Amino acid sequence: MDQVITAVVAVIGVPLVLLGYIVLGERVIERLPDTIQTWIRPYFWALPAIGFATIFMVYPLLRTVFLSFRNNADTDWVGFNNYVYFFTFPDTLTSLRNSLLWLIFYTFFAVGLGLIIAILLDRVRYEQVAKIAIFLPVPISAVAASIIWKFMFDYQPPGSVQTGTLNAAIGAFGGQPVAWLVNSTTNNPALIFVGIWSITGFCMVIISASLKSISTEVLEAARIDGANEFRIVQLIVTPLLWPTITVVGTTMIINALKTFDIVYVLTSGAYDTDVIATNMFRQLATSHYARAAAVGVVLFLAIVPLLVVNIRRFQQQEETR
Amino acid sequence: MSQAEATTRRETAGAGAAVGVLDRWGHQLQRLPLHLVIIIFIAIWIVPTIGLIVNSFRNVQDMGSAGWWSALFPPHGFSLGSYQQVLNTENVTTSIFNSVLITVPATVIQLAIATMGAYAFAWMKFPGKDLFFIVIVGLMVVPIQMTLIPVLQIFKATGLAGTFIAVWLAHSGYGLPFEVFLLRNYLGGLPREIFESAEMDGAGHAVRFLRIAVPMTVPAIASLTIFVFLGVWNDLLVSLTFLGSSPNRPFTVVITQLVTSLGGGWQFLTAAAVLQMSLPLAVFIFLQRYFVRGITSGSVKG
Repeated sequence: MDQVITAVVAVIGVPLVLLGYIVLGERVIERLPDTIQTWIRPYFWALPAIGFATIFMVYPLLRTVFLSFRNNADTDWVGFNNYVYFFTFPDTLTSLRNSLLWLIFYTFFAVGLGLIIAILLDRVRYEQVAKIAIFLPVPISAVAASIIWKFMFDYQPPGSVQTGTLNAAIGAFGGQPVAWLVNSTTNNPALIFVGIWSITGFCMVIISASLKSISTEVLEAARIDGANEFRIVQLIVTPLLWPTITVVGTTMIINALKTFDIVYVLTSGAYDTDVIATNMFRQLATSHYARAAAVGVVLFLAIVPLLVVNIRRFQQQEETR
Repeated sequence: MSQAEATTRRETAGAGAAVGVLDRWGHQLQRLPLHLVIIIFIAIWIVPTIGLIVNSFRNVQDMGSAGWWSALFPPHGFSLGSYQQVLNTENVTTSIFNSVLITVPATVIQLAIATMGAYAFAWMKFPGKDLFFIVIVGLMVVPIQMTLIPVLQIFKATGLAGTFIAVWLAHSGYGLPFEVFLLRNYLGGLPREIFESAEMDGAGHAVRFLRIAVPMTVPAIASLTIFVFLGVWNDLLVSLTFLGSSPNRPFTVVITQLVTSLGGGWQFLTAAAVLQMSLPLAVFIFLQRYFVRGITSGSVKG
């Protein structure tokens, strides 16, 4: 009950406090000399946002880098020991390899299928309904999606009734059931597929929006010139969609590197399915903070190029504003 | 397939009138491969979810002895047993309640702060503004894993670890960069004249923000609210880290802990998954327009 009160207080209180901050603060600022006013006002307004970003992102980022060079109790410097551990311990190398698999296959198929489905649906009348179906997994949490697929992948020993959809289907064609999530040749593809399934709708919606902005006249002209649909997609549609594809692609790469929920819920990283994020969480949960910090830094370094790309793109957009 | 596709593109209006019924059938027949491919895609994307929902209305014994598709034919054997079992499982009802108590304040806090910050970035000039904003753009892609340890240490030192306040603050901190970015772009696109004429009438920044900027930003804030709300509702990592074993942990964490701790008999968790995803799906189905608009405006420029 106390917690309900706290929550209600927070929901009503925070906007009220901010309102008071704005109104009272402005009243004080307005009394100040003009020169000081123009200097101090923007910082006053941006302060809460910058403060939050500093406390929860900038400071922790720097501190994580610091911790990654310290021993676990944070009492002494250990140089690159935590990184050496990361790059020599077989388990963490597995997680590195798997994150790379996620990066390649998740990104490729999420964007590729999103593109293909967007192009195909553009040609049928039931486009809207079909889009809803493909998009349906997007709002579903990774936790629920994992339970959905736990049933799809369910495995019973050969001879007993297969209640998992995939193994039942294989059985119907006379095949042997597959232990999808245990077998080390199928489990990573299976997990990555769950990720792709969850996000394709997102890629499709964005690519489709930009597909609709391509002028139909260009396409008609190409058709009159006798170009077939594959050539049109290859030579006109894809190049025009390319900027969108790269934006969606970078988002997917970041998603792939951050992947945590699906792996954690479905296998907890067992049977060689660990990824960087689950590996790091395990270090953290077992209080190996220094090692966890080093894993975090590696993850961050992998994302730095994308960070630079994002900032560049932002700067380009600003110039055209 | 290529032949079918070659004739598929939107027919021009004039051609349609002359086409007879037979021609139309022939045309549709050529398009059959296209429809088939689409139907296969739809099936892959929708069948797993339907399977889960069907299964959630069956007994655990039935789930273990036959696949979900067998319930489509009589005797269906539908029951609410799994739902009863889930709701009677320790911590589950509390955790559903917790999810609401975490999600609503976390959403309100971050959007209130983000709107205010976005206004400063959109309509004020100050030294270092560009640099601050570039940092914010950069922070949008920083993996939160990178921040978990120091933030956890802050919460432990301040006694906030395990409390709602901790996750409200953490979610707000993590969500802010993206929200400030998006709202600043939206606010910056509002017509300058409105703000200038208000200024001439003697309206201070407080009035301009509350009476002009906020009301005009409602569409953007609405789309963003849906996203933030669902993001927090669906979150696992943040809550798992800061509330892991606390009685305040949300539904997603309790479901995950049940999945990983139960060896067999986990099938009743289908009901838990359906309960957990019913809110996002309802939001998606009823607020589709905002949803799609939010996605497209968030990642693609204009």
